[in-house]
Amino acid sequence: MSTSIRTRTRSLVGLAALIAVWIPTLCAAESITVASTTSTENSGLFEYLLPEFTEDSGIEVRVVAVGTGQAIRIARNGDADVLFVHHRPSEEAFVAEGYGVRRYPVMHNDFVIVGPASDPAGISDTGDAAGALAAIARSRNIFASRGDDSGTHKKERSLWQAAGLDPAAAGDAWYRETGSGMGATLNTASAMDAYTLSDRGTWIRFGNKGDLVILSEGDPALFNPYGVILVNPGRHPHVRAEQGQAFIDWLVSPRGQRLIAAYRIDGEQAFFPDAGTRP
Amino acid sequence: MADPSGAAGNSISRNGLLPLVVDKVSYRVGGSTLIDGVCFRLEDNRRTVILGPNGAGKSVLLRLCHGLLTPTSGRITWAGTAPAGTTGQRGLVFQRPVMLRRSVAANIDHVLKVRGIDRPERRELTDAALEQAGLAALALRPARTLSGGEQQRLAIARAWLLEPSVVLLDEPTANLDPGATRAVEDLIARLDATGAKIIMTTHDITQARRLADEVMFLHHGHLLEHAPAPEFFSGPRHPDAAGFIEGKLII
Amino acid sequence: MNDFSSALWTALDLVTRFDPDLVEIVVLSLEISLTAVLVATLIGLPLGAALALARFPGRHFLVIVLNALMGLPPVVVGLTIYLLLSRAGPLGAMGLLFTPAAMVIAQTVLVVPIIAALARQTVADLHEEYDEHLRAIGSGPGQRMATLLWDGRFRLLTAILAGFGRAIAEVGAVLIVGGNILHSTRVMTTTIALETSKGNLALALGLGLILVSLAISINAAAMLLGEAANRRYG
Repeated sequence: MSTSIRTRTRSLVGLAALIAVWIPTLCAAESITVASTTSTENSGLFEYLLPEFTEDSGIEVRVVAVGTGQAIRIARNGDADVLFVHHRPSEEAFVAEGYGVRRYPVMHNDFVIVGPASDPAGISDTGDAAGALAAIARSRNIFASRGDDSGTHKKERSLWQAAGLDPAAAGDAWYRETGSGMGATLNTASAMDAYTLSDRGTWIRFGNKGDLVILSEGDPALFNPYGVILVNPGRHPHVRAEQGQAFIDWLVSPRGQRLIAAYRIDGEQAFFPDAGTRP
Repeated sequence: MADPSGAAGNSISRNGLLPLVVDKVSYRVGGSTLIDGVCFRLEDNRRTVILGPNGAGKSVLLRLCHGLLTPTSGRITWAGTAPAGTTGQRGLVFQRPVMLRRSVAANIDHVLKVRGIDRPERRELTDAALEQAGLAALALRPARTLSGGEQQRLAIARAWLLEPSVVLLDEPTANLDPGATRAVEDLIARLDATGAKIIMTTHDITQARRLADEVMFLHHGHLLEHAPAPEFFSGPRHPDAAGFIEGKLII
Repeated sequence: MNDFSSALWTALDLVTRFDPDLVEIVVLSLEISLTAVLVATLIGLPLGAALALARFPGRHFLVIVLNALMGLPPVVVGLTIYLLLSRAGPLGAMGLLFTPAAMVIAQTVLVVPIIAALARQTVADLHEEYDEHLRAIGSGPGQRMATLLWDGRFRLLTAILAGFGRAIAEVGAVLIVGGNILHSTRVMTTTIALETSKGNLALALGLGLILVSLAISINAAAMLLGEAANRRYG
């Protein structure tokens, strides 16, 4: 049948054209996949920093930004070449279990406790974070927790622990677990006029603050260190170890560190370089 | 396309499909017997009309002959072959014609495509068929927008393609007004003139009188009478047949 | 209300400027969804038609399952495909995770049931109407399927557009299997999700308006093309 051959050829040509359009996107030019966190992404650091690295090295960096727990999972599975998160105990376990080669400290910033400007729980007077949380618990004001096993969430839990409380287990009505990323949780907190714990980078850039302001900061317990780890090529032979290490080396190099320190959000320094400190 | 002048219409030689032998055929479905022990033999090119009231089983019988249904018992053969083997040599026109969601011309073209005919030849045959049925002006109209009569003429044109030896028509004018009925009957007459055997069902006595050379009277799935038309209409032997042509409601 | 008007202005601004970031995500969104719909059509149409025409034990159950799969939760599909494509999973060696190809796969999986189920219904309805006629003219099974599919073309087009709608609007699956990587696997819906999470609600809504307008345009174009073709070819 001449007609059906013609239609068949036409559809094959069409399909070939579509695939041809695809090939550039499919072909990985020199590139690495970095599993990182939504907080780092939301702070805008990557958008600012990575083009510099790509220019210096010719390596493209593809960042998958998810919660810390998920990022570690991804790296563990070998679906990423580099892990760049901010929960030290998990990072150290990652290396200890043989999934990562070595943890390099890169930078730190801090967490802040935000809440409604009227501060019904009166936490702005308390200097320490655990005390602030305790005040919130006492006054039974709404607290929005990420509840997603992220670095921020783990930090939050450690603070409750320090305060001797466990609202999650108690199932308190004022403790709302959103199970979401930082931004989504902040949206929820903003809508509910709730207290919540956030990393400073995400907070400064957050566009929907509503009535919320920073009410507690500066406690050393709110320290938020970031570490970068190469996924172990011994465990996952396909990992782009050379390029991944090049990225890590760049991050901790004087140039990388300088750029990190220079990153500003709304005029404020967002991250403080850490390389050269004890890993 | 069949030669319209009928000159080549040699009634005997064109009918490779006859005799049609229906041998003790019954058709049962869902507990009811729709056709019960029907036997007949059709041997020549006379116009055969299967007459009977609604529900007599006329449509079922026609479908059995064409092979759309399989008899529960008994055999049907066309020149010794089962109906399934000779579908291509017969045309079938339903009471309500099935119009594809395409143009009039495309409906005809579709039948030719199914038969594996190449595009240039299909074009020729389609044009000729449209001329034949007087539908050339409507060629590009969506077939479903045609009137009942026009659709039935299209259905006949479809059945007429490829010079069928036999054309089966199932109450072709049951839903048509007199004008359309006339046009369809004219077309059937022309079809007959080409040498195709016409087997038609109807419940309309006057139509049977107009068209039949031979009549088979069916009632409750039984073949009650089978006679040449003049004989049948002058005096049917079976009381039900007699009652029917008098216009009585026979139960 | 402020956010709404702000969103509208943002959208207009991005569109009139041909903002390069916007163009990039729109093009990628279309590439991925159109490819997914194409593949899903090639799989779904014959599958639906076959299911309408074939008779085998358990067919009825299969039809029920197919209809139910139209409501597959995208995030579940995404998770499943992630587990399959992960390096730790059975198909890991293909290295497809976090690439547009993985997103096409995810969207295809979501769209096939829609096209297949609607194709099945369309073909089944037409089959009832046409079957005697098609058998009477001696149509073979393959020919019958082709006839039914072609005659059902308008309803099938609607099914395909429904599939496209599902694909382009989907965020859960493509987020998981694509990773929302800038310049690589970031599409309109994942960008909207990201901007929402950054609290940039006006921008997110503006992008949403653009996405909806895009979907409307594509549907309109398809309908017009369909009607033009209908007029020409009947």
